[in-house]
Amino acid sequence: MTAKSPLLNRRTILAAGVATLAMPAVLRADPAPVKLGLIHPVTGALAFSGSQCRLGGQMAIADVNAAGGIKSMGGAKLEALLGDAQLRPELAASLVDQMAEAGASGFTGCFSSSLGLAATQAAAKYNLPFSIDSGVADNLTTRGLTNTFRLFPSASPIVADAVTELDEVNKNAGSPVKSAVLVHENSEFGTNTATALKDKLPGIGIKVLELMPHATPTRDFTNIALRIKEQKPELVIISNYVNEYMLLIRTLVQQRVPLVAMFSVLGGGFGLKFAKEQPGISDYVMDFNQWYNPRKPASLAFRERVESAGGTFTWEILFGYYAVGLLADGFEHAGTSDKAKVIPALAASTYYPEMLPYGPTSFIGGQNKGGHAVGLQIQKGDIKTIWPSQFADAKPVFPRPKV
Amino acid sequence: MPPLDILAAALINGVLTGGVYALVALGLTLIYGVLHIVNFAHGSLLMLAMFGAWMLVSWVGLDPYAALVPLTAIMFVLGWALYAGVIGRISRGEDRAILLATLGIAIVLDNFALVVFTGDTRTIETPYSFEMIELGPLLLSVPRVVSFAVALVLAALLWAFMARTDTGRAIRAVAKEPDGARLVGIRPGRIFALSYGIGVACLGAAACLLLPSFYVSPQVGNVFVLVSFTIVVLGGMGSFPGAVLGGLIIGVTESLGGLFLGESLGPIGISLVFIAVLLLRPTGLFGAAR
Repeated sequence: MTAKSPLLNRRTILAAGVATLAMPAVLRADPAPVKLGLIHPVTGALAFSGSQCRLGGQMAIADVNAAGGIKSMGGAKLEALLGDAQLRPELAASLVDQMAEAGASGFTGCFSSSLGLAATQAAAKYNLPFSIDSGVADNLTTRGLTNTFRLFPSASPIVADAVTELDEVNKNAGSPVKSAVLVHENSEFGTNTATALKDKLPGIGIKVLELMPHATPTRDFTNIALRIKEQKPELVIISNYVNEYMLLIRTLVQQRVPLVAMFSVLGGGFGLKFAKEQPGISDYVMDFNQWYNPRKPASLAFRERVESAGGTFTWEILFGYYAVGLLADGFEHAGTSDKAKVIPALAASTYYPEMLPYGPTSFIGGQNKGGHAVGLQIQKGDIKTIWPSQFADAKPVFPRPKV
Repeated sequence: MPPLDILAAALINGVLTGGVYALVALGLTLIYGVLHIVNFAHGSLLMLAMFGAWMLVSWVGLDPYAALVPLTAIMFVLGWALYAGVIGRISRGEDRAILLATLGIAIVLDNFALVVFTGDTRTIETPYSFEMIELGPLLLSVPRVVSFAVALVLAALLWAFMARTDTGRAIRAVAKEPDGARLVGIRPGRIFALSYGIGVACLGAAACLLLPSFYVSPQVGNVFVLVSFTIVVLGGMGSFPGAVLGGLIIGVTESLGGLFLGESLGPIGISLVFIAVLLLRPTGLFGAAR
């Protein structure tokens, strides 16, 4: 039997070993994570779009962390605080309060403009940076809130660009479109878009025959289709949400309304899912909307990444992704999560979303002036970019072939 | 005044839509008639049935109309099980508890659908999705005509079941006088479960009839449930003929309201008819004064 040393038994050796191994970690403790509030409607009528924005934000956080975190902050990791704003602006504002209390250093959100208006205003109370991921209302960035930034374009330039595209495509085809009916959902988004279009379309030689607003939800579009048929326009322009978009186009096809083209501006239902699930009606439908730059391999790889994981690729994912990317870039340049330094860093940011068809980034009053939507068309079950030519991967099929 | 062909089209379209509304409302009125409670889970169960129909079509490859038989049976079993396993046990005969139980089921089902199916909208395309029947200048969608016809046949079958079979008589006996029914050997608990099952089975049929011309999402129940409540009150709570006639009236009112007032203001027509009926005949068109 061996005698035990009172100073050096097995437990002492183990304890010493653990202490030695732990020492570097104590000396080089991980920097505190930077908390980001992701506020979206993930239940209720906008649940799908809100969830897509959230997914994009989470993908960006994962990518930033996998690449070593915020390097200028010693590799600080990003940490998501998730909030469901449903469709209630007061809840979106309350989530900002709760997350600010929990130590959030910035926010992204909220897909819907009405949620974004409430949430950005709430974040302004704390002067915490807010990166808008979707929501096109102009006044999100025209209220003088210095904490609010939008990398993506707002409604007015989108409508102006849409009219320019329509004019170019129509003239190239010999101007077959001379009149249009505008069908829109009757809340702020649809009404504002349709009103702006009504003012601009006569300037490109397209007479607006009628504005047809509808409620959300609308269960049946037969009356609208019949009234359009009676008016005999060459073009129908749609601004509404996902379910009504699909029902309207389906009814127009069923009622055999003879049209040169179906065009939408920020069409809620225009997407790959519509293209693939409804090939009989979706082919050659045109939309002016947000999309990726198809000429960048990174864009196609990103889409593949989403689809190979079983997801549905939509532009909301990209927006959620880059809204977080903008904030992370702000932290990187500020070298801190201190709002007093991050907000000026964001205001001076030249962060470039390489997968998007954008010009150089330049923020004026919180709005990036380099962001642009593009002309899209469903062709053979896929979405193609048809305008402007520097980002196009297909030519427009206009007029649409007769079925 | 719109041209006559558009007016006729709106009228026919309203009737076709009303037929499917009636089928959704039939289940609701049956459950109210027997259990004397408003089934708050009705919209959520319709949503679940529509996802069931979508799965049978997209995954199993069934035609939506062929899916009607198995889905109606599945929904019947689900309704029975929900009553026997949840609602009946929780309520212990208390009407308020039944209301809360159905509300709880609605919340669970809505969130279950969000988790499983996400908030995404789904549609199907069948070979006859865009088939139209030409009636002079009118174009009638084949899926909607079929849905209307099948809905009326199912409503008639349900009425015959209630009027001509012993089980139907037992259901009506329990609806009128549960204590008396118990005295003659009818077990009200089983009749309640059976009625709830039949009410939910109606939703299985309605789901298959709706799917070829509508979409399905976790929120789709809300699109139909309010209109169904309106139809049930309009027709007389617990009345089968009332539900069918109420469905047709609401369908036509909605369609003509949209035509004359625009689709934005059109839904107000439903509320106006509803208020008028309540003022002039508070028990509904076929409701008996209690």
